[in-house]
Amino acid sequence: MAEKSSENRMSLERIQQIREFSLIGFIIILSIFVQFRNSNFLTMANLDDLLTNTAILSILAVGMMMVIITRGIDLSIGATLALSGMLTSMLVSVYPALHPLAALLIGTLIGFVSGSIIGLLVAKFNILPIIATLGMMNVFRGITFLISGGKWVSAYQMSDSFKSISTGSILGINNLIVISIFIYLVFYYFINYTRTGRKIYAVGSSPKSAKVSGINVTKITWLVYSIMGSLAGLSGVLWVSKFASAQSNTASGYELNVIAACVIGGISIAGGEGKVTGLLSGVLLYGILENALPMINVSPFWQNAIQGAVILIAVVVSALIKRKTGSSNKIRRED
Amino acid sequence: MENKLEKGLTFNRKIKAEKEFNLKDFFLQWEWLLLLIFIAIHIMNSQLSPYYLNTYTLLDATMTFLDKAFIALSMTFVIIFGDIDISVGSTVALSSVIMAVLYNAGLSMPLAIIVCLLVGITAGFINGILIVKFKELSAVIVTLSTMILYRGIAYIILEDQAAGGFPMWFNFLGWGYIKNLIPVILIAFSVAAVIFYLLLHKTTFGRKIYAIGNNDIASLFSGVKVDKIKLIVFTLNGFMAALAALFLTSKMGSTRPNIASGYELDVIAMVVLGGVSTSGGKGRMIGVLLSIFIIGYLRYGLGLVNVPSQVILIIIGALLIISVLVSNLLYGNKSE
Repeated sequence: MAEKSSENRMSLERIQQIREFSLIGFIIILSIFVQFRNSNFLTMANLDDLLTNTAILSILAVGMMMVIITRGIDLSIGATLALSGMLTSMLVSVYPALHPLAALLIGTLIGFVSGSIIGLLVAKFNILPIIATLGMMNVFRGITFLISGGKWVSAYQMSDSFKSISTGSILGINNLIVISIFIYLVFYYFINYTRTGRKIYAVGSSPKSAKVSGINVTKITWLVYSIMGSLAGLSGVLWVSKFASAQSNTASGYELNVIAACVIGGISIAGGEGKVTGLLSGVLLYGILENALPMINVSPFWQNAIQGAVILIAVVVSALIKRKTGSSNKIRRED
Repeated sequence: MENKLEKGLTFNRKIKAEKEFNLKDFFLQWEWLLLLIFIAIHIMNSQLSPYYLNTYTLLDATMTFLDKAFIALSMTFVIIFGDIDISVGSTVALSSVIMAVLYNAGLSMPLAIIVCLLVGITAGFINGILIVKFKELSAVIVTLSTMILYRGIAYIILEDQAAGGFPMWFNFLGWGYIKNLIPVILIAFSVAAVIFYLLLHKTTFGRKIYAIGNNDIASLFSGVKVDKIKLIVFTLNGFMAALAALFLTSKMGSTRPNIASGYELDVIAMVVLGGVSTSGGKGRMIGVLLSIFIIGYLRYGLGLVNVPSQVILIIIGALLIISVLVSNLLYGNKSE
């Protein structure tokens, strides 16, 4: 019995490896194809651009990955991002001397509060994640509108130090890229090598067994949404600083891009599965698609449809792969 | 097999009926609470505006919200399953856009309307077939991706243009009155509401929907064709979205790819506030009907006193969460 289960795990790990390799293979083929159509694609300037533009998406994706691992989903992050961005930039416009690090911290804190409210609703009061986040999405979006009075905070109202958060660079690498690499290192360690991180997987694989084995499921679920909120808050500051404008409809619908990147990266919607390395390739593929499509003259109006089709194909293909290996029998949708 | 199940279900219903014949339980029902809220909202609205409480206003107000209410009827079925469908807003946009483009390309209006309904049916059918064939995917992720996809197709077709110029008689759907008093949409909705009420509460089809919502594996073993019923319900949901698209397009006079965005929130809020449990198997049509009018009149009343639409969004969002919260606290949760 033990032998069998270890064999099964081996095959599961192999599937993950095959998945990642095929993703990387696909990325390479796609890059070569785009390069043939537009020779500006594989230049240092464009690659730098690509990574800078994908950085915020990648930060949000880490949080979303943990939420999805616990069988949840968070549709409110676009609104949380806008709320934190708006509040921080309004603060900066009043106190131009605010240190950039303080701005980042305040944004993260705002996100944490928003996330922990959602966490409380989901974990403590058993509200379905989709309902709780759909409702809070509108609440946050409305609050952002109310606070700003529908006005924008524009570039001239922001201090140079605030704008340099996203435009500056360390050792020639853009700050956004540095921050996202830092976050990936932290969360790679957190998810793989700390007890709390492993508990997230346990809760996702089977909430009941996790409870029986003494894991505080409520606390872990709350934590996951709070982390997601904090990362969204952080991203809000980065976003506003990058685009040098804060509006009440900032990043509206951006949560879908993040979910798409996670799903492509092999994070299973059924919960309990998904790796940081897989996520990274998913985010990269998504970033390349976003960067490359305009370069090969695909109309921006096609973007939505392509995005939807990509998510759909990604989830269906991963379901088919799992079915082939028979491991899907073990996954029950309802527990 | 079928017969046995029906017997079992009627038996079950009898037990339930006996158990629930209790005065205290009767008055603790969710629907009474809704009725109180309904009355409270009318009192509030009539305080806010002196022009509110008269037959014309009350009847006219239904024109502003009944288009999405059509979707709430079929969404009730979906949520009783314990599933969800967030693609409905996009389905409305897609079927409306295709109808308008085909009409402008020379198709006759009746044919364009039929195509509109067919598009809705197809969109719903695609959702259903994906959910049924890939059980490991939840309805959340399937309808999330089709939500983006359908609206994406609408954008491909119409880009940032608007299309309209419909014949005069088409406006009748959204703006017409019967006997100069009762809006056409109210009559159409009443007919649909009666049909859905009977379907859910008086047919074996309806009982099977509850059975699946309570325990789909047990229903499967009792001979309920779970897949078939789910497929029918999701297709029905697409059809109702297309129906809503007809009324909405007629009301607006023209269409754009971004119409009906955020409809899923309103529709789900209507259903959930109506006492339909998101964990499945619970809820009644009468509650949903009450909550449709609660949310509709609430929106209308706030609009009368110029409350910005963003604030109304906050209220609807909060209403959605509070209603789930209260129902979880009052009646407990299935998972516990």
